[in-house]
Amino acid sequence: MKIISLLLLFIVGFMPVFAQETMQVTDVNNNAGLLHQNGQIYLVVLVLLTIFAGIIFYLVRLERKISRLEKK
Amino acid sequence: MAKYWWKILCTILLLYVITVGMLIDIPYLPKLKESIRNLFYHVPMWYTMLLCFLLSVVYGIIYLRKNQLKYDVISNEFVITGLCFGALGMITGMEWANVQWGAPWSNDPKQVGAGLTLLIYAAYRILRHSIKDDEKRARLAAVYNIFSFALLIPLVYIIPAHFASLHPGADNKPFEALKTQDNLLKYVSIPAMLAWPLLGIWIFDLRLRIQKLEQPETFIA
Repeated sequence: MKIISLLLLFIVGFMPVFAQETMQVTDVNNNAGLLHQNGQIYLVVLVLLTIFAGIIFYLVRLERKISRLEKK
Repeated sequence: MAKYWWKILCTILLLYVITVGMLIDIPYLPKLKESIRNLFYHVPMWYTMLLCFLLSVVYGIIYLRKNQLKYDVISNEFVITGLCFGALGMITGMEWANVQWGAPWSNDPKQVGAGLTLLIYAAYRILRHSIKDDEKRARLAAVYNIFSFALLIPLVYIIPAHFASLHPGADNKPFEALKTQDNLLKYVSIPAMLAWPLLGIWIFDLRLRIQKLEQPETFIA
């Protein structure tokens, strides 16, 4: 648990670094269609959906576990 | 099945918010550009937090009226859920601000207000931990909760409305930002403002049911 929270802190700490990079890119080409130019956004959506599926899967598992305990 | 319908609705709405929110062609905004999509993810965190804290103070008042410990447990679980979403709102807000405003923290009135709110509710949790007696803890926590909610509204809405803010819509009325929003954005922002609070309630529901299993004697009466 401690390791996971440390890892999370590490990731969150480095996020501004990544964010800065994207800012520079958008400043160079500031057209509205930028996001769809190379189709890579679909990959990002896929990643987001995977993470979301994982979270919902986790919540449903908890839901089932609690329901089972409630029946006892 | 009938009990689960809103959880399924929440999942479907969030799927919509994630896919359509990322893929929709947004109107061209000179400053925000594509980052306006954060409107579908960052802003609803605060709405979820506000809903949780509102329900928490409602149950706090019910506890004071009825004097049954179960209402205190409900109130506390709402504060915990609200704090989680508030922390997410704060982190995502700082990430967005770092790019758009040039620094994660720029003492924007809304930032300060939201930060103070989180500190006040964190103090609520500390207060609870410092009292051993159940009845005393419940009563003090409920009273503190009323005071902190009374502070929350001016801190998040009223005070920032009187200062120049980097937040759009903060300089006039809270719903002005939604009214001036482009229709295209509303297709996603309105479902998002429903979907994320539903997720918050879902998490609260799980937390409360664990409490019911852990201390069934509190919930019998």
